[in-house]
Amino acid sequence: MSQEAKLNPGQIGAPSPAAGPQPRLSDVEARNSMASARKQRSLWGDAWNQFKKHRLAMIGLVVFVAMILITFIGNALYGRPYDSVFAYDSSVSPSMDNLLGTNSLGQDMLARILWGGRISLAVGIIAATIAIVLGTAVGAIAGFFGGLTDTILMRITDLFLSLPQLPLLLLITYLFSPSLQQWSNDRFGSVNVGVFLLIIVVISAFNWMPTARLVRASFLATKERDFVEAAHSIGATRGSLMLKHIMPNVLSPIIVAATLGVGTAIITESSLSFLGLGFPPGIPTWGSMLYEARQYLQTSPHESLIPGFFVFLTVLSINYVGDGLRDALDPRRTK
Amino acid sequence: MGIFVIRRTLISLVTIVIISMVVFGIVKSAPGDPYGELATNPSISPERIAELRDNLGLNDPIPQQYVLWATSYIRGDWGDCYSQCDSVAPYILGRIPVTIAVIGSSFILSLLIAIPIGVISAFRQYSLFDQFATTFAFLGFSLPTFFTGTLLIYIFGIRLNDTPLSLPFVFDRTTEGIWPNIQQSLMPVMVLGLASAASLTRFVRASMLEVLGQDYIRTARAKGLKEQSVVILHGMRNGMIPVVTVIALQIPEVFGGAIITEQIFSVPGIGSALVQSIRAADNPVAISITLMIAVLVVIFNVIADLLYALLDPRIKLA
Repeated sequence: MSQEAKLNPGQIGAPSPAAGPQPRLSDVEARNSMASARKQRSLWGDAWNQFKKHRLAMIGLVVFVAMILITFIGNALYGRPYDSVFAYDSSVSPSMDNLLGTNSLGQDMLARILWGGRISLAVGIIAATIAIVLGTAVGAIAGFFGGLTDTILMRITDLFLSLPQLPLLLLITYLFSPSLQQWSNDRFGSVNVGVFLLIIVVISAFNWMPTARLVRASFLATKERDFVEAAHSIGATRGSLMLKHIMPNVLSPIIVAATLGVGTAIITESSLSFLGLGFPPGIPTWGSMLYEARQYLQTSPHESLIPGFFVFLTVLSINYVGDGLRDALDPRRTK
Repeated sequence: MGIFVIRRTLISLVTIVIISMVVFGIVKSAPGDPYGELATNPSISPERIAELRDNLGLNDPIPQQYVLWATSYIRGDWGDCYSQCDSVAPYILGRIPVTIAVIGSSFILSLLIAIPIGVISAFRQYSLFDQFATTFAFLGFSLPTFFTGTLLIYIFGIRLNDTPLSLPFVFDRTTEGIWPNIQQSLMPVMVLGLASAASLTRFVRASMLEVLGQDYIRTARAKGLKEQSVVILHGMRNGMIPVVTVIALQIPEVFGGAIITEQIFSVPGIGSALVQSIRAADNPVAISITLMIAVLVVIFNVIADLLYALLDPRIKLA
């Protein structure tokens, strides 16, 4: 007690009745309450607190979540059909009656945007998830085992990286689409399931490489750390070393890559559809709406500009979320 | 250096062979038979179809078929077009220069935009200019090429043009002379250039920020050099090296962008030819263009690698 009093010069000269054990107790209490507050803060809580400070990332998150919600439940709420031709006047500009106007066939643009957005977002999210899982698996195995496994896997990764994505996507969709449509028609009664699966598979097949490289580099660096050696020495199996001990430490860059991957996949799907080589006509993805509206750019520009703007807005919001996550999950950047 | 060049070239040749195997594998594993339609024709006997298939070499073992396919490519015999042209090789080779010109000038444009903006952004980090530049880079980074192209046509071709029907920048092969050609290529080059400039600016800025924090920059300042020469001579010379790698990594993506841009602006390059050939179900053209783009990507990657080695003396030339 006296030691502490010496350390605190403010209290030496002024021994008031309040001074003594009283303030010290509250000090301890404060420290205790601080400690308990610290205990409750998890890694993810910290990241979330950090993320909340990034204003644009928060806006991006809100926009992206809103986009998912409105595209998945919007059609039911809005009520107008997306596909009935000549239901309304054709090529009407946006107004109070037709919020986003109609296209050249008299179909309601808002209904089509909502319906198509569901497909674009689903393709983007599913394809990015598959690509991330594949890339993480390849990178983790290459980085953990090293040696010949690493060399072979990384040569394959390099090969895929040097392949031109879009031309091959176009060629593969073109060559495989007819028979897959046939198969899907026989099996599911609709050609669209086959196209949906094909597009997801080809997009994810060409998007796993950056993640693989990233995860491999993180694994290489992390597996040499002392805690991994400690886990190894108490008999942790390879599987548990990889998944329980190393993986949580390399998760941050994977999460960021996954987020940005969704944006890339959405752009890729829209590009395919924009070239008229994605989903068959009649499925209004944002890209194919642009494809169909191109010839009317002069007379009714809203048909092109609205779907294009939706792609842009979605990708922009995803990129801002990715940016915010990068800052939030990187402990070195924490201020 | 000589050994490095030879080694790198050999590796890329192997890559090209493997890529050609991949393309061949894709084409081969695609369902469909060149004589599939004949099978339903009653006037052609199954024996005759088998004979035709045998003549085409469809009954040979797959590796033998690949060798035959690959050697005919090397000999310059790329087959005949189904509908778009007479012979594939001259058709595609005639269009490659256009694509290279568009991609090359868009790269120059993107460097002209990205380097000064990225360097100034890094030099004046968190300034108003930096904030504007990073925001615009972010917006540009999120803009898909097909939307930028459509927007540019809408703004410059329709809103700002008195005679809206004549879109002045849509390629038209009857135009002769240099000036009309430059005028026409402005829009596609802008779309492609802005797209790659956006992500390049971010890299230049990040790379320069890292370099400007180095000890040798402090040394340069300490010995009283002017700020200009610190940033340009000491900073940029080192900061630009990793940018070369980033450019190399962007090459496949730029070819993808070129396909879309050529399609939007009707540029007579290989990108628009690919899209048209697929729409017209012209398999020999589509397959050859895909292969050609893959080969071009590998070649440009080699050039970028050699440049990198030339610029950075620290790279081990082993």
